[in-house]
Amino acid sequence: MVLSSEKIIETVKMIQEEHLDIRTVTMGISLLDCIGADIDATCENVYKKICDKAGNLVSVCEGIEKDLGIPIVNKRVSVTPVSLILGNGTVDDAVKIAETLEKCADTIGVNFIGGFSALVHKGYTDADRTLISSIPKALKATTKVCSSVNVGTTKAGINMDAVAQLGKVIKEAAETSDEGMSCARLVVFANAPEDNPFMAGAFHGVGEPEVVINVGVSGPGVVKCALEKVKGESFNVVAETIKKTAFKVTRMGQLVAQEAAERLNAQFGIVDLSLAPTPAVGDSVARILEEMGLERCGAHGTTAALALLNDAVKKGGVMASSSVGGLSGAFIPVSEDEGMIAAVQAGSLSIEKLEAMTCVCSVGLDMIVVPGKTPASTISAIIADEAAIGVINNKTTAVRIIPAPGKDVGDMVEFGGLLGSGPVMKVNECSSEDFVARGGRIPAPIHSLRN
Amino acid sequence: MEKAVLTVIGKDKVGIIAKVSNIFAEKNVNILDLSQTIMQDIFTMIVLVDVEKSTIPFAELSDEMTNLGKEMGLNMQLQHEQIFDSMHQI
Repeated sequence: MVLSSEKIIETVKMIQEEHLDIRTVTMGISLLDCIGADIDATCENVYKKICDKAGNLVSVCEGIEKDLGIPIVNKRVSVTPVSLILGNGTVDDAVKIAETLEKCADTIGVNFIGGFSALVHKGYTDADRTLISSIPKALKATTKVCSSVNVGTTKAGINMDAVAQLGKVIKEAAETSDEGMSCARLVVFANAPEDNPFMAGAFHGVGEPEVVINVGVSGPGVVKCALEKVKGESFNVVAETIKKTAFKVTRMGQLVAQEAAERLNAQFGIVDLSLAPTPAVGDSVARILEEMGLERCGAHGTTAALALLNDAVKKGGVMASSSVGGLSGAFIPVSEDEGMIAAVQAGSLSIEKLEAMTCVCSVGLDMIVVPGKTPASTISAIIADEAAIGVINNKTTAVRIIPAPGKDVGDMVEFGGLLGSGPVMKVNECSSEDFVARGGRIPAPIHSLRN
Repeated sequence: MEKAVLTVIGKDKVGIIAKVSNIFAEKNVNILDLSQTIMQDIFTMIVLVDVEKSTIPFAELSDEMTNLGKEMGLNMQLQHEQIFDSMHQI
């Protein structure tokens, strides 16, 4: 046998015992050619195109799962930001498109469809404004449609009008849904990647091809198990161990991405090298950080541990794939990570610490539940802080926050499934009202002037 | 040639190879290599097979092996060789 038994068993164990899986195969589909003479024509075109291109996405992925013996947890679709095909449509028209997307998801059997989005980092078009104000209604009318708004880039600065509006949109979305569930499908970005396969923030960017396959790998459990074998060793050893593990994990992603692209007759886009946790025990990013020697996630040293982890994952993964993109790094969603939830409940992890962690990882404040009474302006200010971190540091940041109606610090909110359950976290109660009310744009940083 | 790898993990018992090779023979699957060891007190067997001329589709063959594993109280999985190659070979 070319490969040794140890190697074969190692792979089998990673899949069976350490939760190695392909987190998502996401098909990106351009909807730019779907704009019709009126909203009904547009919706019909959208439905036809998505069902045509992604009709066999699920069955093809299931075939790959069987052949390779590796689970593909999610099959998803991302589309062109809907504000670009809305034209002069109304709020009700935007909701109609959302409902069409939901119908597509039901027909083709995917669990989420992303791209009910607008890119407003430098300013609004009329369609952007309409789309953003339709978000609460659109999320209420659907269960699988994901929405995102990009409010800042390093090149353009931060659109503070949009930041202010989104604080209100998030509050409204929370108040019109059960326990604020809708907000789990709404992400506010700075420097949003156009090829991200992960929900809720996936959309099919305008620089992307007609149809593309992007794959997100996972494997916090595999990294944790690898680190258990190097207890007490120096950080050099820790970094090397993570790199090697990330390489192996990413090779799986590359293989699946190539197979899927070929079988679906689509272009292979990117592999997103992310450590994406799930609420399952043994699939937690927080536990990796703790394995490095921290009593609890959130203890001093957590940011450094996360920085090392994030960097080593990228270094290991980058050589394993022919094309890397998306968010690529470690995710730190609170409600979706058993270790993070435990850390919050033990009083070790606060929003402030999470904010610091977002400076060195691939995303931002993700799946954070805050008291329902939190004012819209405070939520906007949280978004502004995160956007500032992203814009100044030339990285993606995002906010997915749930102001759970009627809930207060110490309560738990159940989302179910991969979204998990979130403890309500304390926010700073001092007002940011006048700050958010200013509006306008925070200018791009000096290092945006690179030309 | 279309290679696949069967891994069998669990407690050693009489007749594992007989039952496994019986199914492979029935379905016209050729065994190329076979090794068994005790790894950390657990019986592990790895069988390299050629499934190109198999009389049933790969998915069905894979299900059949998984079911045999369940019957025998062992963890059996059939996977294309590709997954191991891509993870461990550059």
